[in-house]
Amino acid sequence: MTAMPKWADAVLVPLISLVIAFVISGIVILAIGEDPVAAMKLMVTGALGSTYGWGYTLYYSTNFIFTGLAVSVAFQAGLFNIGGEGQASLGGLGVALACLFVPWPHWSLALIGAAAMAALFGAAWAAIPAYLQAKRGSHVVITTIMFNYIAAALMIYVLVTVLRPTGAMDTASARFDPALKLPRLGDILALVGIPFNNRNPANISLLIALVACVGVWLLMWRTRLGYQLRAFGKSEKASVYAGINPVKITMYAMLISGGLSGMMAINTVMGEAQRLLLNSVEGAGFIGIAVALMGRSHPVGVLLAAILFGFLYQGGAELALWTTIPRELIIVIQALVILFTGAMDNMVRKPVESLFLLLQRGKA
Amino acid sequence: MDFATLIQILDSTVRLATPLLFACLAGLFSERAGVFDIGLEGKMLAAAFLSASVAAVTGSVWLGVLAGIFASLLLSGIHGLASITFRGNQLISGVAINFLASGLTVLLGQKWFGLGGRTPPLTGEGRFGPITLPFADAIAPIPFLGPIYAELISGHSALVYLAVACVPASAWLLYRTRFGLRLRAVGENPAAVDTAGVSVIGIRYSAVAICGVLCGLAGAYLALGLAAGFGKEMTAGRGFIALAALIFAKWRPWYALGATLLFGFLEAVGNRFPSIDLGLFAIPSQFVQALPYIITVVILAGFIGKARPPSAGGEPYVKER
Repeated sequence: MTAMPKWADAVLVPLISLVIAFVISGIVILAIGEDPVAAMKLMVTGALGSTYGWGYTLYYSTNFIFTGLAVSVAFQAGLFNIGGEGQASLGGLGVALACLFVPWPHWSLALIGAAAMAALFGAAWAAIPAYLQAKRGSHVVITTIMFNYIAAALMIYVLVTVLRPTGAMDTASARFDPALKLPRLGDILALVGIPFNNRNPANISLLIALVACVGVWLLMWRTRLGYQLRAFGKSEKASVYAGINPVKITMYAMLISGGLSGMMAINTVMGEAQRLLLNSVEGAGFIGIAVALMGRSHPVGVLLAAILFGFLYQGGAELALWTTIPRELIIVIQALVILFTGAMDNMVRKPVESLFLLLQRGKA
Repeated sequence: MDFATLIQILDSTVRLATPLLFACLAGLFSERAGVFDIGLEGKMLAAAFLSASVAAVTGSVWLGVLAGIFASLLLSGIHGLASITFRGNQLISGVAINFLASGLTVLLGQKWFGLGGRTPPLTGEGRFGPITLPFADAIAPIPFLGPIYAELISGHSALVYLAVACVPASAWLLYRTRFGLRLRAVGENPAAVDTAGVSVIGIRYSAVAICGVLCGLAGAYLALGLAAGFGKEMTAGRGFIALAALIFAKWRPWYALGATLLFGFLEAVGNRFPSIDLGLFAIPSQFVQALPYIITVVILAGFIGKARPPSAGGEPYVKER
């Protein structure tokens, strides 16, 4: 059954699934009595019509690149890391600790330190589920879901009793030193003479996310470890027979995945809020699943899918602002994308496959 | 802690355990047939929403329950289509269903009622009232036994008793009927069932449908019994706690009753005592809230007995040709 060319597998099938998901979303919008075409226009102008909109779109995309890469790395190794949400919130804790308690001389050093702490905390939160999967065969899906809830409880505890400044009303940490403020995307683009709106949260973390994309690509396709991860994901039995240590690979896959999820926090906590808020992740960990599925677990695909979801997020916010369509529309679209590009993949793949078989037979 | 307080906590344990029990049994049927279901949460949420909406509009609690079951069955159908017919990844399908329910309930709620995703509060015939069991008033003055019967056992809504009745019914269906034997076999070794000339697809779809009905009851009880109407994200992770209880119960109906009562008890204690002072140090309420999840991880790790899931769980069945 290799009748399908590579491009069809990588581009055509996800694209058809995406179109189906969007058509159904359009029907949903119609069903709640709104005009899908007008809604789409509003979303496009709101998210892509100005550099202000682009700034928000790219800010959200930065989150989704990190979480999408995180899910992808685990997927490649045959593991479903559904705990991005918890790992990212722990990453936020790492960033907050780094920014609050270390006297950094310059924001650039602070960024490196905070990113390292974010990755460390995220990876640590993935470590226990990873160990239990590797050593005791506890299903990583269930344990990571449980760890999401444990993380939520832990974060409430930490914010309410430990990090909240005395006398403060809202459950958040103290503000970071203003000197640690990260350069905005507008500032960076101004250096090369591109005018870009500066009243949006897009910041230098976007560049780190892009570096992470290249890094994951290098890791997965240019190193021995990456090869082992992918081999393990394709066939556990064969890879063990070839001398790959399953415990080591499971641990590596989950630690890298957790670290990438955690690094999302430099964008939200250090780049935007400048303090640790309750629920700073806001579902980005789960969107990583949709992004990874749509991007076929490849960094290029993840990047494109992350920008698409960034657009949906910002566009959805604009919709909620100007129409009666609630923001939850985005969750419905997200669900449909996961459903059609992930779970119902075969619904599109099988007909496309037989179509190509038919075409080949026609040629022969 | 005096006796009256204990009775109150146990009373609220029963209430809080009921949705967990329905959902846990729902997951049990699905997973025993080899279809993993992490979409329990979404199905409960959808059922809670539609049951509250219909009960609010019609004023009939039982029409509400039917609507809840319908909503849950619809999502079960999607799960079946994705994971049985199209042989997709059952976990991913479950995730999609959770998001679908979470988004659609608010979207439709806002459209229908314009209350920011809530449904109008239910009163009177629109929600479940307590059922007083026979002689409750007569026995109540008797010390010790009186309060246990009158307050703990009597005075719950119909769905609570239905949930408890579902436990022996499920055990009977699974272990004493031909259908139950086949259902369990499909979860362990579908090829053998297929060889015997029984439709694997058919059995799995029926299991997923039973799961849908039970999740519908769980959601309906949440909106019509425990609360008086639907609120955004009102399931609050109960679907996942039910999943945790299912693992704790090692995929067995009677154990499921025990596990859900335990988790219900933890929730009741957490509600009653925000923090527990042990003299030397205080246990924060967040720890009590996280306890079901922590217990599940410990059980999964195999430190308290080994939980073995059905062998063919999570794998689509491909018939040989």
